[in-house]
Amino acid sequence: MDLLSFLQNPFGVIGGAIGSLLSPILPGWLVSLILIVLGIAVVAAIIPAIVMGEIWAERRIIARFQDRIGPNRVGPFGLLQPVADALKLLTKEDVTPARADKFLHYIAPLLVLAFSLMVWAVIPWNKGMALTDINVAVLYVIAMGGVPTVGFIVAGWASDNKYSLLGGMRSAAQFISYEIPGVLAVMTPVLLAGSMSLQDIAEAQRRVWFIFYPIIGQLAFIVFLIAGVAESNRTPFDLVEAESEIIAGFHTEYSGMRFALFFLAEYANVFAISAIGATLFLGGYTFFGLESAIPGWIFLIGKSLFLVFVFFWLRGTLPRLRYDQLMNFAWKQLLPIGIVNMLLTGIAVSLYQAYLQPFLR
Amino acid sequence: MQTLEPGALDVRTGEREMTLNMGPQHPSTHGVFRLILQLDGETVVGCKPVMGYLHRSSEKLGEMRTYVQAVTLTDRLDYLAPMSNNWAYCLAVEKLAGMEVPERAEYIRVIVAELYRIASHLVAIGTFGADVGTWFTPLIYTFREREMILDMTLLCAGVRMNPSYVRFGGVARDLPPEFIDRLKYFLDIFPAKIDEYERLLTGNEIFTARTKGVGILPPELARAYSITGPMLRASGIQYDVRRAEPYGIYDRFEFDVPVRYNGDCFDRYMVRVEELRQSHRILTQALRDLPPGEIRGKQPKVLKPPKGEAYARLEGPKGELGFYIVSDGSPNPYRFKIRAPSFINLGVLSQLVVGHKVADAVVILGSFDIVMGEVDR
Repeated sequence: MDLLSFLQNPFGVIGGAIGSLLSPILPGWLVSLILIVLGIAVVAAIIPAIVMGEIWAERRIIARFQDRIGPNRVGPFGLLQPVADALKLLTKEDVTPARADKFLHYIAPLLVLAFSLMVWAVIPWNKGMALTDINVAVLYVIAMGGVPTVGFIVAGWASDNKYSLLGGMRSAAQFISYEIPGVLAVMTPVLLAGSMSLQDIAEAQRRVWFIFYPIIGQLAFIVFLIAGVAESNRTPFDLVEAESEIIAGFHTEYSGMRFALFFLAEYANVFAISAIGATLFLGGYTFFGLESAIPGWIFLIGKSLFLVFVFFWLRGTLPRLRYDQLMNFAWKQLLPIGIVNMLLTGIAVSLYQAYLQPFLR
Repeated sequence: MQTLEPGALDVRTGEREMTLNMGPQHPSTHGVFRLILQLDGETVVGCKPVMGYLHRSSEKLGEMRTYVQAVTLTDRLDYLAPMSNNWAYCLAVEKLAGMEVPERAEYIRVIVAELYRIASHLVAIGTFGADVGTWFTPLIYTFREREMILDMTLLCAGVRMNPSYVRFGGVARDLPPEFIDRLKYFLDIFPAKIDEYERLLTGNEIFTARTKGVGILPPELARAYSITGPMLRASGIQYDVRRAEPYGIYDRFEFDVPVRYNGDCFDRYMVRVEELRQSHRILTQALRDLPPGEIRGKQPKVLKPPKGEAYARLEGPKGELGFYIVSDGSPNPYRFKIRAPSFINLGVLSQLVVGHKVADAVVILGSFDIVMGEVDR
């Protein structure tokens, strides 16, 4: 097996080797279990690494937008800054407010983090290289993306703090408002590819990416991006944690590692949404045929990082929307666009299947 | 919708309404200022501002100091524009004691006062952007220019903050030549920077959606509450002390007084931006006409003004700053009263905030451009 084939799916190759090593010794079901647990461990190990890179990148990039440098003391180019942040958060005292609901206060960050991480299970890094390839991956992503909101509400309520409560309520309203246009935008790639599996959607973009489809591709991408920014509570939709108004919103009363969990979840969410967006609209691991020469996951990571940069760009530049303006925008502007876009996509796909496809065959 | 009565705190917290305390420690209250809000969901139904967390009894201390020592107290009032405070106090005492100010000193006073008007408005614009949610990007841009102004102050007064530079009869020290060079450089680059701030904020749809129609101050209400400064001019009343009762040599300069007619937060922001441009005009003229000469008039060793009283006012960046000095012939003032524009302007806060959302309360307070040193004295 040559280097390129190995690189195209390193974890798959290693997993296959371990599996063939263990199958004579152990029963089949145990081997599968071990491989699954190993796969989860690998993905769970990659996530903090990527998140740390994101934290570093955000601080440097936003600093550049603000005509300053950003962290450059801790390690070369400040690369060890996230490590310093993590160590600081680890050593802080874990405070729970006296009259808070202890159990709810405890599980809220877990709810948020666990489900933000679950989305990573279906991201296709390369052909055949996803932790799992379920045929309703898109539905799974949308569902898993919704549960963290419950975590925010629980955190807001359990903190016994009016600011947190406000933050939690805002988060619920915001998420519900932007979920629907987001789902409608995601329908476009699903209709165009004919499948909800992320792997199939990426494969269907081998020749041309969905974003290049006239009107329907671009509209869907823009709606998806806006909904994605809203669902990950980033500026300009970060009124959930609007520092200048409600201090830190739902995570005001969290300190130390529990705050770090919220933090981690937010950045993991940002990257996950970028990766999903790259897979749905920007071709995922494909690159017009070049992916046979260069491992596909490099392209996916590159496209995701580009979208992550757009997220940072928005944060460094735009002010924050007010609560009612945000809902106004979602329901009165984004939702009609989403509906119209889905309509156009449906018409386009059915016309294509009825008239053009038999002709092109 | 009701406004809470002054001095009474409504404690109906058992009901749907929630009392939120935007306490003295808050990222957006521009200093130690407390705002007690009664909320119905996200809408403000009652508001009670509480101030006094920075009270340092400047007025009482002024009575215990000599006239010259009291100049240092004035620096610490509006610490973002200390030269204006010094000048207002000096105007009052000069009126009382009948002192002359040489030409060059008058021009220097105008230069430093306008520089600090720019500096104060830069802080106002930057923090206003931060209140609206832009994560400090406009703040860092405006502070970049403010650093230049502070460096110039370092040259002429020796310190960046609390310079106590404007004194009775003139100014404390002459301007070094580096100051003139730096001022020329600053005036060259500044108009482009104002355009940069405008590109970032004024044209931004989210910014205009957050600030237009928010916190509308009708002109009759502004008159009734003695509002002065950019807040008044944003409500349609074109009143500027530099034109109404010119002090120093302001009648020699050509400048416009910007006025806008809607009275919302966006207009207050726009008035400040336009005042930046007008201050730039005044500075260019002052620099061009700066004459050589003395920088301080004659004054006695120990200043004992004759018995009497004097009130002097000037157009500070926050509004009309006035000093009422009563002298009883001794070296210390008998009464050292400060008319602080931020304090007077705050009177109308609860009227404007009630009916808006919590997020708007922060934006409205930001558009007032208060500085707690003045409010509490």
